[in-house]
Amino acid sequence: MAASLQSAALLSNRIDPHRRLFAPPARSLPGRKGSILVVRSDGRISGRLSGRNLITNAVAAKADTPTSSTDSKPGHELLLFEALREGLEEEMDRDPRVCVMGEDVGHYGGSYKVTKGLAPKYGDLRVLDTPIAENSFTGMGIGAAMTGLRPVIEGMNMGFLLLAYNQISNNCGMLHYTSGGQFKIPVVIRGPGGVGRQLGAEHSQRLESYFQSIPGLQMVACSTPYNAKGLMKAAIRSDNPVVLFEHVLLYNLKERIPDEEYVLCLEEAEMVRPGEHVTILTYSRMRYHVMQAAKTLVNKGYDPEVIDIRSLKPFDLYTIGNSVKKTHRVLIVEECMRTGGIGSSLRAAIIDNFWDYLDAPIMCLSSQDVPTPYAGTLEEWTVVQPAQIVAAVEQLCQ
Amino acid sequence: MAAVRRLSAVPIRRCHPLLLLRPFSSAGSEPSITVETSVPFTGHKIDPPSRSVETTPSELLSFFREMSLMRRMEIAADSLYKSKLIRGFCHLYDGQEAVAIGLEASITKKDAIITAYRDHCIYLARGGTLVEAFAELMGRRAGCSKGKGGSMHFYKKDSGFFGGHGIVGAQVPLGCGLAFAQKYLKEGTVTFALYGDGAANQGQLFEALNISALWDLPAILVCENNHYGMGTAEWRAAKSPAYYKRGDYVPGLKVDGMDVLAVKQAAKFAKEYALKNGPMILEMDTYRYHGHSMSDPGSTYRTRDEISGVRQERDPIERVRKLILSHELATASELKDIEKEVRKQVDDAIAEAKESPMPDPSELFTNVYVKGFGVESFGADRKEVKAVLP
Repeated sequence: MAASLQSAALLSNRIDPHRRLFAPPARSLPGRKGSILVVRSDGRISGRLSGRNLITNAVAAKADTPTSSTDSKPGHELLLFEALREGLEEEMDRDPRVCVMGEDVGHYGGSYKVTKGLAPKYGDLRVLDTPIAENSFTGMGIGAAMTGLRPVIEGMNMGFLLLAYNQISNNCGMLHYTSGGQFKIPVVIRGPGGVGRQLGAEHSQRLESYFQSIPGLQMVACSTPYNAKGLMKAAIRSDNPVVLFEHVLLYNLKERIPDEEYVLCLEEAEMVRPGEHVTILTYSRMRYHVMQAAKTLVNKGYDPEVIDIRSLKPFDLYTIGNSVKKTHRVLIVEECMRTGGIGSSLRAAIIDNFWDYLDAPIMCLSSQDVPTPYAGTLEEWTVVQPAQIVAAVEQLCQ
Repeated sequence: MAAVRRLSAVPIRRCHPLLLLRPFSSAGSEPSITVETSVPFTGHKIDPPSRSVETTPSELLSFFREMSLMRRMEIAADSLYKSKLIRGFCHLYDGQEAVAIGLEASITKKDAIITAYRDHCIYLARGGTLVEAFAELMGRRAGCSKGKGGSMHFYKKDSGFFGGHGIVGAQVPLGCGLAFAQKYLKEGTVTFALYGDGAANQGQLFEALNISALWDLPAILVCENNHYGMGTAEWRAAKSPAYYKRGDYVPGLKVDGMDVLAVKQAAKFAKEYALKNGPMILEMDTYRYHGHSMSDPGSTYRTRDEISGVRQERDPIERVRKLILSHELATASELKDIEKEVRKQVDDAIAEAKESPMPDPSELFTNVYVKGFGVESFGADRKEVKAVLP
């Protein structure tokens, strides 16, 4: 992959004499002046796009594209946690080596009900209630995976997995490499993270940024019942260790998903809403803030393209790149911290690969670098709100 | 190999049926020898096994050969390190050979062993070859982990050796996970998770022990107590250095780790116990002659007299040598020949390992992920071939 990135960088090294160098934007800067010539993908040229041309058919909707759920096929409606459970159950039926371990996943049914009903069905040896010992039960899951079992390790809250960081980083991520390929570690490490409803600082952590540099891990974030089930199944079937990030506030989302079996690709991003003016890259809960902002943006005359990147490691640079080549402007909206977050890596990857296609610096909206406060109003302001997304797009498209 | 000479006053006993199954013993018609361990076992919440251990002449001779091989390998690694062919960290096992050999004598290759970074000799005991070991130490292609693991990451999947881990104590939960898988898959085998007296203070060890005891996993935690956690003596690190007792509700056994027959007996006992009742702790009272690693002279926190005292009185190879000589299973010169053979074997292996080239630069990126299994997978640039779901 490094080789392909370097070759891509070589390809895009042509210097465009019309480019100007822009300073990296900060969120608090007032709007920049400057006229930007936007050449659309169909050859039309437009100037400043402010408050004209209501695009009537670009209604912002949650999941309106072929890659997500379909209304035409009969399916069944369920909530996101039920979709996760369905995926888990189907995989446990299919492969007897799949087992679940975590705190209160068995008799209690899971603190977010993802594993409800599985323990009576599969027994105590396949759905294992562990004591509160993340370091060791994560290690045990990895040890079991070395012999061929496929454990699904649940952290009751992603933040608790910090206690197991050594096991995840050193043993999970690295064993395949340091053993020269002898051992595979097909674990799935999953759990809810993200800022919830006033859960306090330690229960509102986003660990994507901590795990992203561990070599050997794959990370995915689900956001809808459709992709939750598909990603869960794909993660279980993958022979690589996968960290599946769920979000505390998304568990009760309802959607209609197909009846037939489907597995999504772990490395693929999801096109939520195609558009022309700006590419908005997001994942997990921020997808919904973006779509809310998209409604406002559409009414103001913008046509944002929204991509749910889903795969946090590795990035789906193919989908992202195609989008950047079309729109030439990128806004990243994420929930993790600004410092060292997914957005900063994504920004670097886009700059490395698609610099010549950018007409404006990449903007990144992330959570504030603060512990999440308890007070509701303060907590609201640690994460990105739709109004900020609208303002950022307006600034980007000037 | 020396033929069996006449046995002296030891009565010839019928072969114990278990002797036939062990890899070290030859045909069942060999007379068995009963030896008493030098120190009795001490049990914690369990009745210790008997001090009398059955063995055979060929087993004793193989013990001698294997331990000499290990000793020679470690000393050769020492000089390779000093000539900068081995870099980084190199933790040597000389003095502790009896633990590795004694364990192997009672178990099969289907049982799992996992240990920390002092793993060269256990790798050999599990069936690894000298060439692979030296090549890995020197970072060459022929190494057991293709040169990408190093001294602390020896693995041998096909004979149940799971490494080889650098972080102190992290291998114990892994070991309990191996035991969990053995129980899940109903294999009827056990896992020995080895750790040191330094790692015995890690919290994850007690967490894993708790879970193993709760779920009745066939895990045997073996504390190789060489009395020093790098530079810190055990009495300075642990309030209760009786590591076999620290399992509390989990029974424990204290074993003289310099006596290969005692280790063999304890391992056999522990395996039988663990298959029926769940986890157990074995504490091996052993000693390392070298320092913690090659960067540690090993003499700043202990006296040279102590080291040479242990070497004179408790050295595992000398014990077996005395046993062999007293039972007249071989002459002293035959044993010296074995040592010369072993030395040559090690030298040849080093020469062969030196010829192996360094890994190809493309190996930097291989084995980071497992590609092409199970799901449609492709790289971010979508250039790689997709694998289709089974």
